[in-house]
Amino acid sequence: MSLQVRERRLGWGLLAPALIWTAAFFVLPFLGMVALSFAHMEGREVVRGFDPGNYTRIFTDPVMLGALWNSLEITAVVTVISVVLAYPLAAIIAFRVPARWQRLALLMAVLPFWTSYVVRSYAWLLVLGQNGVLNQALLGLGLLVEPLEIASTRAATVIGFVHFFVMLLTLTIYANLIQLSPNYARAAQDLGASRWQTFVHVILPLTLPGVVTGAFLTFVLCIGDYITPQILGGNTELTLPQLIMLQLGRSGNFPLASALSVVLMAVVTLAYFASSRWLRLDRV
Amino acid sequence: MRLLSRTYLTLAYVFIFLPVAVLVAFSFQDGRLPVPPFKGVTLDWYAKVLGNDDLVAALLNSLLVAIVSSLIALILGFLAAHALARVRLPGSALMRGVFIAPMTVSYLIIALGLLNLFTQAGIRPSLWTAGIGHVVINLPLCFAITYAAMGDHQRSAERAARDLGASEWRVLTLISAPMLAAPLAAAFFLSVTFSWDEFIIAFLLTRFDVTLPVEIWSMLKSGLSPATNAVGSLVFLVSVSLVILLELTVFRKRS
Repeated sequence: MSLQVRERRLGWGLLAPALIWTAAFFVLPFLGMVALSFAHMEGREVVRGFDPGNYTRIFTDPVMLGALWNSLEITAVVTVISVVLAYPLAAIIAFRVPARWQRLALLMAVLPFWTSYVVRSYAWLLVLGQNGVLNQALLGLGLLVEPLEIASTRAATVIGFVHFFVMLLTLTIYANLIQLSPNYARAAQDLGASRWQTFVHVILPLTLPGVVTGAFLTFVLCIGDYITPQILGGNTELTLPQLIMLQLGRSGNFPLASALSVVLMAVVTLAYFASSRWLRLDRV
Repeated sequence: MRLLSRTYLTLAYVFIFLPVAVLVAFSFQDGRLPVPPFKGVTLDWYAKVLGNDDLVAALLNSLLVAIVSSLIALILGFLAAHALARVRLPGSALMRGVFIAPMTVSYLIIALGLLNLFTQAGIRPSLWTAGIGHVVINLPLCFAITYAAMGDHQRSAERAARDLGASEWRVLTLISAPMLAAPLAAAFFLSVTFSWDEFIIAFLLTRFDVTLPVEIWSMLKSGLSPATNAVGSLVFLVSVSLVILLELTVFRKRS
């Protein structure tokens, strides 16, 4: 009995630093942000209270709704393309590359993951820009008459995002595939399944949790990212994070920025519940 | 390997390495613009970058913030993981959730929340405030990695040490931590690379002393320049060295 009490006290003691840190610098700021989202601005002064005006504005102002919609569209497109491109890559590395080269093949596939995030978007600008590498190459080969305008469009944002998330997803999907016992595939094929049937009915369902976890991470990181749309997409169409940064910078409207952040959180939470059946966040 | 697999793999590598290759190639550009045509090789941009005091200061700031915040995150995460893996506590599933939760929240939101908090408390933006933010984002990672690595044979070793009269502090430092050296190192280095590269929290929570990504961001505003390529290539070199070091030491040992 006393041993149990002592053990519990010890447990709480070990937990306390992390708990206090998380409470003070994560939970508290978040609650503060929710409270602030119900304040409003008079001139440059923040007036606190319970005013749902920011939320009414977000869901009626076409600029704000547009930004929310842009973010959702871009994120959905990026998530789908990234999964579709990363799965075969992970599968090839896991099943086709000889075992002794696998680790190297995987390391290579995710190496540019470690370039600075800001620099990576900038590098894509050098590739996609009007006199960038891609245009110059295509013009030089005579495949184009006029340079493509990709930079400062949504396409550039999507390409930049897909590049990053293909690497991330290849890593998570590979980790899943490599854990599968080859016996499942063997059993299916012994029972007469074709390669395709084996994949669709055995391998794919077994790796679904890994895919969904990766896709969820992609969704979260993509919808909350400011850098990639700001550098590659330019200011032609805004995403939600760009709009939030605009509120902070130009007008100092913290209440509206907070309300927009709460909406962003709500979207992520919805995505979480939509995928929670398959999510394994503690095993990323 | 079949032809199709080989082709797909090649195309994937081309796509993945294209921006990095362009970045590095044009950091040697003997001209004012980092775009074709390539005018010749020079190391001038590297000299310029390494001679730039602001950049070097930002680089040192980044390293400092990354190392200190990762150490704090690692210690907090390890202690919490140890407690939750070893001691039966009420609400432990909930606490695991709370520790993992920041992983699902955008960095921008964490940064904005902290900015509000610090403004209200009258704390000025500095490297310290950015470091606090980086602990928040790296704590879930350190917790998850160490928690996942705690297995049964460690539990037995710890119990044996306790039965032999070791204090909990000695169990932690002489048994648990050494047995978990590989995952602890992995968590630490991952945290360092994430923190050292993090932009939005550092951007919103620093003012006069900034970290490297923030300094690079302000370089970008003046347009394309091979100097930015040179900085980017150097950052890449540092991060990749870290990853390869990790691969050769920690993961090699495990397998």
